[in-house]
Amino acid sequence: MTATVAEPEVGRPRLRKEDARLITGRTLWTENITLPGLLHLAILRSPYAHARITGVDVSAARGRANVIAAYSGADLADIQGVLACAWPVTEDTVLPEYLPMAVSEVRHVGEPVAVVVARDRASALDALEAIEVSYEPLPVVLDLEAALAEGSPLVHADKGTNKCYTWVFDSGEAGTGGDVGQAEAEAEIVIKRRYVHQRLIPTSIEPRSVVVDPTGGELTVYSATQIPHIVRFLLAATTGTPEHKIRVVAPDVGGGFGGKLAVTPEEWIAFAVARKLDRPVKYTETRAENMVSAHHGRDLIQDITLTARRDGTVTGLTANLIANMGAYLGIVTPGVPILGAFMYNAIYKFPAYRFVCTGVFTNTTKTDAYRGAGRPEATYAIERIMDELAVELGLDPMEVRRRNWIKHEEFPFTTVAGLVYDSGDYEAATDKAMALFGYDDLRAEQRARREANDPVQLGLGISTYTEMCGLAPSRVLGALRYGAGGWESVSVRVLPTGKVEVVSGATPHGQGHVTAWSQIVADQLGVPFEDVTVLYGDTRVSHKGMDTYGSRSLAVGGIAMVMACEKVRDKAKVVAAHLLEASPGDLEFTDGAFRVRGNPEMSKTLGDVALAVFAAHDLPEGIEPQLDSEATFDPSTFSFPHGTHLCATEVDTETGRVTIRRYVCVDDVGKVINPLIVEGQVHGGVAQGIAQALFEEAVYDESGNLITGSLAEYLLPTAADLPQIVSDRTETPATTHPLGVKGVGEAGTIAASPAVVNAVIDALRPLGVDYIDMPLSPQNVWATIQQAQGQSVPSDPGESGGTFDEHGSGSAGSGPTSPSEGGGL
Amino acid sequence: MARVEVTVDGVKYVDEVEPRTLLVYYLRDHLGKIGTVVGCDTSNCGACTVHMSGPDGVERAVKSCSVLAVQADGRTVTTVEGLAGPDGILHPVQRAFHEQHGLQCGYCTPGMIMASVDLLRENPDPTDDQIREGISGNLCRCTGYQNIVRAVHAAAEEMAATGTAPVEEAPAFNMAVADTPAVQPPAPAEVAP
Repeated sequence: MTATVAEPEVGRPRLRKEDARLITGRTLWTENITLPGLLHLAILRSPYAHARITGVDVSAARGRANVIAAYSGADLADIQGVLACAWPVTEDTVLPEYLPMAVSEVRHVGEPVAVVVARDRASALDALEAIEVSYEPLPVVLDLEAALAEGSPLVHADKGTNKCYTWVFDSGEAGTGGDVGQAEAEAEIVIKRRYVHQRLIPTSIEPRSVVVDPTGGELTVYSATQIPHIVRFLLAATTGTPEHKIRVVAPDVGGGFGGKLAVTPEEWIAFAVARKLDRPVKYTETRAENMVSAHHGRDLIQDITLTARRDGTVTGLTANLIANMGAYLGIVTPGVPILGAFMYNAIYKFPAYRFVCTGVFTNTTKTDAYRGAGRPEATYAIERIMDELAVELGLDPMEVRRRNWIKHEEFPFTTVAGLVYDSGDYEAATDKAMALFGYDDLRAEQRARREANDPVQLGLGISTYTEMCGLAPSRVLGALRYGAGGWESVSVRVLPTGKVEVVSGATPHGQGHVTAWSQIVADQLGVPFEDVTVLYGDTRVSHKGMDTYGSRSLAVGGIAMVMACEKVRDKAKVVAAHLLEASPGDLEFTDGAFRVRGNPEMSKTLGDVALAVFAAHDLPEGIEPQLDSEATFDPSTFSFPHGTHLCATEVDTETGRVTIRRYVCVDDVGKVINPLIVEGQVHGGVAQGIAQALFEEAVYDESGNLITGSLAEYLLPTAADLPQIVSDRTETPATTHPLGVKGVGEAGTIAASPAVVNAVIDALRPLGVDYIDMPLSPQNVWATIQQAQGQSVPSDPGESGGTFDEHGSGSAGSGPTSPSEGGGL
Repeated sequence: MARVEVTVDGVKYVDEVEPRTLLVYYLRDHLGKIGTVVGCDTSNCGACTVHMSGPDGVERAVKSCSVLAVQADGRTVTTVEGLAGPDGILHPVQRAFHEQHGLQCGYCTPGMIMASVDLLRENPDPTDDQIREGISGNLCRCTGYQNIVRAVHAAAEEMAATGTAPVEEAPAFNMAVADTPAVQPPAPAEVAP
């Protein structure tokens, strides 16, 4: 009898192990945790964008029924610690002090100024109104360019400037390419554009929540976080509590999208209060608190210069950025635009490149990572301006891309930004996408509608993107001045019955990693998918990890998992050989068992070996009776998923309404572990990219109040707002590690916004439109058409959210008519 | 305090609550029905959706953050925890969400499932557009809704083929293989030296 060959788990559309508790409501969200004697926190927040605190009187709150304590920032000053920024991107990056609760000055609306601790949530909230805070308002600065101007009010007066840093990459100086100045001097075509990325709010549907339990002399922190290990390290580093006395648990976490890649004021305040009272405490934010206090994303201005020859060859690219930091620096705030710095050249063979980013403080909520983090911004800029080049040359926009992209036979390719792209096939993904899309037919329909002067015009948008995933090689992070490494750790524990526990340092929060990882481990160890369980998100169980963000949990964590499994197999092989009375060298691991070469029926499974090791009655001399193994993987490079996204939009030129007619994406994320999960990640990612293009915008009024402070004003798309997405894949494995995976979590978000905006611009170009501020709300689109047609647009100062507003989002929006000095010689 | 007598997931409860108590907090904090969650404070997200009977005795979807507990007096309420049949056999909509990958983080899922069940009660054979409109009071940030729409279709087909829910003869969901994160219930902590 020959052994049946089990179908490999990797590549199967396994249904998710995670779902059972989620569809029955038996999930352990942080907010679900209750403990004996649990106290509830409510936080009083600043109504001013900038003010000196001249007094905080919490005495009346302390007298309220059921109130245990109330504290001002000064009351907690000696124990609350500080919130650290882990990524000062330059030697002279300005690092302002960031206190969890303000003591003497508030710098954005929503900053915590006092906290009430009560028996129940309602009593805590009620008592907030009894707190008296006196403020002396200070001048507010919201606009990015105004903040850099001489004489601007200062967000941090002690720093003497609103500039946080200026970070430069120049291919001429770095030796990775030519000089953009020379390219511009010699250029046949120079195109300059300004693009503005509106401020977004990550908005996981689970609000953030934290429970701190000091019972028994150890501090256990339950938090809805993406990064329990980093929270533990930084609590220890900033509060004086020894690291081994802190346990951080991320229970089930309801989405992150970067919004929970954070160390938060609320975590630090809860930690301080629990220590002070020696009682367990809980804080769960309201949605309004989430929107004003949790970090935001994007919010930057890009001045882009593209130089090219008449034949369509791009000769140089310059990106000058001004990025809004907000009032303080979150854990990676300064680094977010820098994550995009290596991606403006995208899939193209540009010979010269220069990137300059200036980070600026304003009196707004801090910005930080949001899905894609720097890479959506880069992709948007380059994919928008490639379309402008196509218009300038009278070429089809895909043809311009073809003339500049790296051909499949040219991999591995060292880019002008100094990265080595290991693999990719842009032609294959594009050809597949074009066929699925029906590109030529849609172009024909577009011509017909133009000729007929149809009030509803059709536009086609392209986004051929790549991204860098698998954050990140530690030496690269070190070179970029990031404060930690980018490795990931996994241990594998083999139980006596042959079941397997995998302990992961990466910390999932909804993606489905437990399922995908189980598939990998099942193949690696020859055990059934069902026999693998994954433990994560608790520093007592998983003491070592760098957590989950940046499409790293498979591309880095998955590799560590393979390495740990290899070690288990190596150990087990010695025992299996002993049991089979064979030499280890004569054994091979095939079809899920250790088999004697040439005699495959002589075999031992991992379960056989596990039981023998458990008994330990008959082991080879000097062999430890255990199979457990641990591995830490530090990637040598990034991975580079890519793909082609195509969008057709119908634009009603009379109302400005945009309807997505067709959306096709073909992504190449390397080897796929679970196609079902990959498809889900693409859908969700594309939805968030479309949301930036069409719907979402965080808007401040001139006093610094967030006027999109609830889900009634901040427009998250519903099912009725989004199209059916046609998604497919090509598969070009990564060559830099054994799994071949590249990462998929951020791809859709990175690709989608430019595809949608390019489509709308394409529809409206005959009307003289070449720029519209995102989001492309009906009013923004309509007003832009009116302006392009020479019509005056009635101003409506009462309206702000999602409207045409030059100063929306506190950025220096360029308005609908960006400087377009494009043109030939 | 106000008296509330309400049947939730088949169990009758009698309680004294503050009149301002929202149904969602009554369910969570008083009854331990933690499957029903809060995602916003403006009734936009729908994460807290449950079914509550009206005067006609028919249960319809309500956002339990927008209902006072006292308004549920004398009514019946079904939460996601009461949706499965006896012996834990899942409702076809629950199973379809699993089988069609209609959830990722799962936070919106209880509300999304309850809204979908109600949608199918009103319209057993909805079109794509009707599903998208029908669940547009529920926000999901993970899925882009596409597989949710697919799941509702799949459930509709199964319910049409097999009669009313829950489907008794459907194979039971194997809860035993489901993984959980590495969290133990908060145990008495060891005394640190």
